[in-house]
Amino acid sequence: MSIELKHVSYTYSPGTSYEIHALKDINLNIPDGEFIGMIGHTGSGKSTLIQHFNALIQPVSGTILYNGEDIWGEKYNRKELRSQVGLVFQYPEHQLFESDVLSDVCFGPMNQGLTREEAEAEAKKALRQVGFKEENYKKSPFELSGGQKKRVAIAGVLAMNPKILILDEPTAGLDPRGRDDILDQIAELHKVRGITIVLVSHSMEDIAKYVERLIVMNHGEVAFDNTPREVFSHYQELESMGLAAPQITYIMHALREHGLPVDISATTVEEARATILDALRESHSPLLKKEGGMGK
Amino acid sequence: MGIIKAFKLGFDYLKYDEDGNVQDTQRAVDDVNLDIEAGEFVAILGHNGSGKSTLAKHMNALLLPSEGTLWIDDMDTAREPELWKIRQKAGMVFQNPDNQIIGTIVEEDVGFGPENMGIPTENIWRRVDDSLKKVGMTAYRHHSPNKLSGGQKQRVAIAGVVAMQPQCIVLDEPTAMLDPNGRREVLEAVRELNRQEKVTVILITHYMEEVIHADRVYVMDSGKVVMQGTPREIFSQVETLKEYRLDVPQVTLLAHELKKSGADVPDGILTTEELVNALCRSN
Repeated sequence: MSIELKHVSYTYSPGTSYEIHALKDINLNIPDGEFIGMIGHTGSGKSTLIQHFNALIQPVSGTILYNGEDIWGEKYNRKELRSQVGLVFQYPEHQLFESDVLSDVCFGPMNQGLTREEAEAEAKKALRQVGFKEENYKKSPFELSGGQKKRVAIAGVLAMNPKILILDEPTAGLDPRGRDDILDQIAELHKVRGITIVLVSHSMEDIAKYVERLIVMNHGEVAFDNTPREVFSHYQELESMGLAAPQITYIMHALREHGLPVDISATTVEEARATILDALRESHSPLLKKEGGMGK
Repeated sequence: MGIIKAFKLGFDYLKYDEDGNVQDTQRAVDDVNLDIEAGEFVAILGHNGSGKSTLAKHMNALLLPSEGTLWIDDMDTAREPELWKIRQKAGMVFQNPDNQIIGTIVEEDVGFGPENMGIPTENIWRRVDDSLKKVGMTAYRHHSPNKLSGGQKQRVAIAGVVAMQPQCIVLDEPTAMLDPNGRREVLEAVRELNRQEKVTVILITHYMEEVIHADRVYVMDSGKVVMQGTPREIFSQVETLKEYRLDVPQVTLLAHELKKSGADVPDGILTTEELVNALCRSN
């Protein structure tokens, strides 16, 4: 299972004075089972790119292969593709429309040809997996909080059993705990179901904490494609693209500049804690007097 | 007396059945007392559903109290004759810039508010010039708003409020939809208004980093104000904040974790500089 993009380009309003080259010669391979992050400033081409992954947009030139088959081939079943490559849009709560939660989540699987009963089984499984409580299944989606609505929307896509799940800023507007809960659930889906995840986010901290591979879009091109640690080491270039590194990266650089020999590639609080403690120990810092300063 | 003052403020959302009878009430704001001084920069934190936005909507009389009173510059918001005066005192900026921009050209959008207030034309243009300058958007005045980035749109929305010359600006998660650059631009514009123009700022946010420069922080939970203090006082209480589903800035969390591991660092570190000073003072 993989998505492969070869020389993909896309232009909005071609041939008019509003012509915008949204994607320029993109080459990407998304193999099975990866947890990928995608960042880029507003207008960098992220949303255009992810809509190519499940054939919502047809490239102006280039080829997109899903499991080796051209998704724009004459006889290709794109409806089937869209249930295998699930896309959760930026405001998933705007996608809800049914009179109760369970029916809303059943919509996708029923559309795939399942009976109501079979669909309900899939829906309940999906709702459990996103941590949505059973007592709320019969509530109207419009009575729910922001975090609950997002869960229902994600469950609606999950119930179709996608192989690949693409989420465009699933946590915008959520409180810190709600954000962590949803991202933890997504990481769990990745681990348990082996689903490939593509997470589009504006939060560098979340990216650093969860993803294995990071794609940076800039002016319709792939600017970086590597591990988050490697990518964030280019923080000055990221800034020139309207992005940033996680706060921790800046802290590590500042500490190193002031003579503490820390590993500047740390990007999460946990990594930072470990390397700072090592550095303090190494320099026999008086700050670590208690029990030799051993932290677990 | 402060510019925004609340006394035992309470608000219930009502749910009606098909016959229009009240079926259910939900308390969204509960016994809130506030006293915000003119020129203060106040941040309000709280999880989704804690009552922050409901409280904010009282500050320019979009909602009226079910109980208690809210005064804006000594005017009771429940007194209808004062409604327009109140809305001019306290302007609001919401999360989604696309829902707030109505003009087809940036400068027309910014001029909408003062025009609506009946300001003479040449004064409107002066205010538009002035407001765009304050948010750093003068270069875009003849642009179409839909071609701007999220941060730029949000600054246009702020300029639209500034053009009405309010004494307070209430911002309800103004950066939730923005990329890092957009977040920085908007926050800088807001801080500048507070510092230079002495505009009172009420900022509601889920980004803990945006709060560290506030004069005062209120934390809400179940409609009540459960904590208040300076950012340092609030963020020193990492575990309590977690109970309220909140967080602390990453630098504060890192310092807290280092301390738990036995390093001698003070509580409530808010900036990279403070952490560097704490860790490198012996080197």
